[in-house]
Amino acid sequence: MTTTTATPASETLEAGGLGGAVRDYVDRLRGGDTGSLPAVLGFLVLVILFSATSDVFSSKLNWANLLNQSAAYIFIAMGLVFVLLLGEIDLGAGYTAGTSAAIMGVVMTQKGYAWPIAVVACLVTGAVIGFTIGLLVARLGIPSFVVTLAYFLGLQGVLLLVIGEGGTIPIRDETILAVNNNNLTPLLGWALFVVVVGGYAAITFGNLARRRSAGLPTTAPAVVLAKIGTLGVLLGGATLLLNQERSVNPALNSLKGVPIIVPITIVFVVGLTFLLTRTSFGRHVYAVGGNAEAARRAGINVANIKITCFVIGSTLAAIGGILIASRDNSVSPTSGGSQTLLLSVAAAVIGGTSLFGGKGRVIDAVVGGLVIGVIYNGLPLITSKAGIQFVVTAGVLLLAASVDAIARRRAAASGR
Amino acid sequence: MSTSTSSTTPLLSLRGINKSFGAVHVLKGVDLDVWPGKVTALVGDNGAGKSTLIKGIAGIYSFDSGSYTFEGQQVEVTNPKQANALGIEVVYQDLALCDNLDVVQNLYLGREATSGVILDETLMERKATETLKGLSVRTLKSVRMKVSSLSGGQRQTVAIARAVLWNSKLVILDEPTAALGVAQTEQVLQLVRRLADAGLAVILISHNMNDVIRVADNVAALYLGQMAAQVPSESLSHGQIVELITAGRSGDLGLKAPDKEVVA
Repeated sequence: MTTTTATPASETLEAGGLGGAVRDYVDRLRGGDTGSLPAVLGFLVLVILFSATSDVFSSKLNWANLLNQSAAYIFIAMGLVFVLLLGEIDLGAGYTAGTSAAIMGVVMTQKGYAWPIAVVACLVTGAVIGFTIGLLVARLGIPSFVVTLAYFLGLQGVLLLVIGEGGTIPIRDETILAVNNNNLTPLLGWALFVVVVGGYAAITFGNLARRRSAGLPTTAPAVVLAKIGTLGVLLGGATLLLNQERSVNPALNSLKGVPIIVPITIVFVVGLTFLLTRTSFGRHVYAVGGNAEAARRAGINVANIKITCFVIGSTLAAIGGILIASRDNSVSPTSGGSQTLLLSVAAAVIGGTSLFGGKGRVIDAVVGGLVIGVIYNGLPLITSKAGIQFVVTAGVLLLAASVDAIARRRAAASGR
Repeated sequence: MSTSTSSTTPLLSLRGINKSFGAVHVLKGVDLDVWPGKVTALVGDNGAGKSTLIKGIAGIYSFDSGSYTFEGQQVEVTNPKQANALGIEVVYQDLALCDNLDVVQNLYLGREATSGVILDETLMERKATETLKGLSVRTLKSVRMKVSSLSGGQRQTVAIARAVLWNSKLVILDEPTAALGVAQTEQVLQLVRRLADAGLAVILISHNMNDVIRVADNVAALYLGQMAAQVPSESLSHGQIVELITAGRSGDLGLKAPDKEVVA
């Protein structure tokens, strides 16, 4: 335990140093502000459970697999965070991913355009879908549940029409395939590690210095160091693990390094977190989700905020579609279908984003997405029954929603 | 009808204000003066026209006729933005705060300080702390507490601080103590008093006569859409205010009896 006596001017927040921070955190948990804790605990429990029951699960090959499998859910879930923050829902996000990917496939494989043009077409498709959903919800005032339920069905139809009954569009472009299949070289993996941990340290210490020079209460340096240390150990361990040779036959086909999707995801997490926490737009998103009437009276254009969030949500879903296509080497009528949407919603909610609006973070989608990835990856290794997989997935979603609802009740009771 | 209660010129002066909603004549030739540094209590029974009057002052409704003078200038206020630009802020009964945001975020909601595109958190937190200190608010543990964890009195304080943060000249408080306990009511009343002592003009709407007598410098009583009287509070007793509210007159004060019959 460390106690800081550096700035006597501030009597709050810093007072307890590391011990105080831990006590604060426990208080927050008791008050129903659970953050990502249930997700992290769930992740650990599942990993231990699957490792104990299956040899394949904890193999080096499977860890990289897990990241690539979760990526699409993570991206769709990041988009859903924006929609959920408003207290809205997007049930069409799965098929938005599928339809956008199909458009990419048509432009690239059938029309023969280069991949950047196809990707732009895919993103524009997502943005347009989001814009129309936003218009119907914010301007016309139809509940998002109904609008996006219609999109769920409608886009499923559009996907069939674009691809043609029973057909699939193959994806052969090297770049698109690399996105969710290839790896960084081990050296680049370590460079990424240095950039991420160093960047995080620079930002947190920069904030600390700025607040201190402004004479505001600061978090104890010990707490900051502990956070940076934890991040360093986790990411360092992951990089070490992923950089080892995991190919069954290394001489024939060497397979090692951090998957390329990892840096791509990090860029999006950082960018979107910046948007939500450091800009007026992000602040207004939280305000609309917390109390739309208060936001309106404060001069915020509530309808525009909602439309923008649906556009961001659907565009990220479109990126999720690219990742699905990259992973599957093709787009089929089931791309983005079946469980994709439910798993993505579950990912966001498990991570700690509230279904009731006003509470959530982009990183929630990543943490929750990894939990979902573990379930989706681990269950088939211990049971081949599809029925069990559906039931377990549904159970996890309900469990996460229950934790959210209980946390909300506790928060109301303890006035948090 | 109304008598001047101060030597200084009023900040806000309304004369002969009329407002109808369809066939209903809600405000009938209302006069009102509000002085800087003074708390003007606006009292009246339900339906007397208090809400309509303050919504007109705040620009949510526009008056049908009458003169609206602010700082000696005849002005036309037809929307809330114009009222804000003049320095008029209203704290509504339902506080319009976001529970999921902290105190600083609520104080600056919709008017965030930015450097470039980035929110200037340190500037906002420092100024918020100063404003609260300036109002002698000491009950908040931290300005980074979420509003959902605040008591009713603290929330009211935040809502009032938000109105003061913008160099406002006139703050209108709509029943700020209606939902509060004894100790919290006391806190808020002291805050209201400090606002006036700091030179702001305050209009306080209240149904609580004790609050009115405690904190108001003068009392304006509306009776069925007419201004029964606007008089210094020290010349009034509890009973007289109640008579003005319920009958429109009290002794020589208020509407004349024939007037009252016309109204009835």
